[in-house]
Amino acid sequence: MSSTAAHGGPSLETGPHRGTPKKSEPDLGAALKRRRGRYGERAALLGLGGAAAVSVLVTIGIIVSLLMPALDFFREVSLWRFLTGTRWAPTFSNADYGVLPLISGTLWTTFIGLLIAIPFGLGAAVYLSEYAHQRVRKILKPVLEILAGIPSVVYGYFALYFVAPVVLNDLLSVEVGTFSVLAAGLVLGIMIIPTVASLSEDAMSAVPQALRHGSFALGANKMRTTVRVVFPAAISGITASIVLALSRAVGETMIVALAAGTRAQVVTGPTENGQTMTGFIAQTATGESTPGTLTYNTLFAVGLLLFAITLVINLFAGVIVRRIREVY
Amino acid sequence: MTSIGDLAGKPLRAERHGDRSFTSVAFLAALWFTVAFAVLCLAVLLVDAFLDGAVRLDARLFTEYTSQVLPERAGARAAILGSAWVIAVTAALAIPLGVAAGVYLEEFADGNRWYNRLIEVNITNLAAVPAIVYGMLTAGFALSIGLERRVVLAGGIALALLILPVIIIATREAVRAVPVEIRQGSLALGATPLQTVWRQTLPSAVPGIATGSILALSRAFGEAAPLLLLGGLVFVNYDPDGLMSGFTTLPIQIFSWASQPQLAFQQVASAAIILMLVLLLVMNALAILIRNRYQKRW
Repeated sequence: MSSTAAHGGPSLETGPHRGTPKKSEPDLGAALKRRRGRYGERAALLGLGGAAAVSVLVTIGIIVSLLMPALDFFREVSLWRFLTGTRWAPTFSNADYGVLPLISGTLWTTFIGLLIAIPFGLGAAVYLSEYAHQRVRKILKPVLEILAGIPSVVYGYFALYFVAPVVLNDLLSVEVGTFSVLAAGLVLGIMIIPTVASLSEDAMSAVPQALRHGSFALGANKMRTTVRVVFPAAISGITASIVLALSRAVGETMIVALAAGTRAQVVTGPTENGQTMTGFIAQTATGESTPGTLTYNTLFAVGLLLFAITLVINLFAGVIVRRIREVY
Repeated sequence: MTSIGDLAGKPLRAERHGDRSFTSVAFLAALWFTVAFAVLCLAVLLVDAFLDGAVRLDARLFTEYTSQVLPERAGARAAILGSAWVIAVTAALAIPLGVAAGVYLEEFADGNRWYNRLIEVNITNLAAVPAIVYGMLTAGFALSIGLERRVVLAGGIALALLILPVIIIATREAVRAVPVEIRQGSLALGATPLQTVWRQTLPSAVPGIATGSILALSRAFGEAAPLLLLGGLVFVNYDPDGLMSGFTTLPIQIFSWASQPQLAFQQVASAAIILMLVLLLVMNALAILIRNRYQKRW
């Protein structure tokens, strides 16, 4: 926004019959700055800028609203005990607030989810970008879009009532209970396949055709070109897609709330029942949680940790992408 | 690509069929497998929901309230109306704000100023914040201004904040796609920059903005996590009748039913899932229709 425009009535040379802006680009911001005295325009522009500034207020709001109850929480439970404790029992009479069990649950579901999403997502991306005919792409891309558009609560239902009892127990003879980090993680992986696939496909499609031709000219076949030339050239976009999938997996709530279980324990194997950070927040928030109580503040302490983890992942992604990016 | 690239590409693509070494064939087979897996997952998910829920896809789903004791009688009436209310509030809050912010960033913001760069970085980061955090923000915000957490307005705020970055990004892309010449023509005829935006740029960008907004709203429609933080919301057996009314939504109702061990709750949950997926499909089809029919190709 301009801070240089002087006040005063419209004068002739800044009136509506002023010359056209530069042809190269419509520098509307600069054009507006030179314009004087249109109070309505300035007010409207301030309104537009204010709308953009709301997004910054949202970030500040998130930090404040998470930090205030969390600070109340840490007044009663030391940060050290919270981060290193291995027993999470906030509702028991001998309450304990060690968050490691919740982190172990999140790590397991995220790990299993990425184990599914990375190979299948990248495979689909390579196929769509390098191998598929135009007609096949036209069918497959909407399928991935539909997969991406299905609400996570539906995936949660699918994990709880189909993947755990039918796929794992009956078809694959893996002994899992009603709740397991395995079933939740598998379905979480299916949910983020489209994230990996569509962003990686964009990155690979953006690799210049000349690189492929160069590779073919040197005698490499299609597969070698894909693996040795296109894939490395697109690696920054592919990394970004995986990191985005990682942060979605960490923050996903409904699948783990339904299918991973509600027992907060340090998870040592994939078939175990285990609560995640988001699962705890969902479970506790659904019950009665009165603002100001320690239970309520516990929610926000875990929420703050979750926010911090995803923020670090996202910032880390930005750094990696900038460092390894190839510019064509 | 240019015609030279195409000419060079054709014989090479034909050469692929001649490449029948074992690793190449295995590689392609593995790729096919990954794609087939994704398609299979979608098909199985849809068929499973339909088989489970078909018995409960009847009028009671629309006319009855939920029930804690009689799952055979439970319906999603309150959830359907609640979803409609909350999505209306979400749209009313998020679309004007998101479009205004997108237009500002694309048309007026000087990208060299620190505050504009801050806003851009901030929007990128906001888009990656877990949905459940927006619920915590709304709960904290409602508490600090003395607003009841469990009302339609609070739900609308939570979902509006969630999709705000999506709408801003969609608006920017739609506005960016309008050719420079349209703006130059308008300015040359004496319109002010704001008149140019309001009468030329924005109308040309409406199809893109509408498509992006509908897709964002369909995401808000299916999202349950942030609303859980507003407390309760599960056993609502009355119609919501205003911004300050208690409410529940379809995804929350599904979550609540799916958490119950009884088979009958599972059936009504999958019936509600079918209903939700059909509504989402309609919204997505509408978005695609708008994109294909009204979007101008410059």
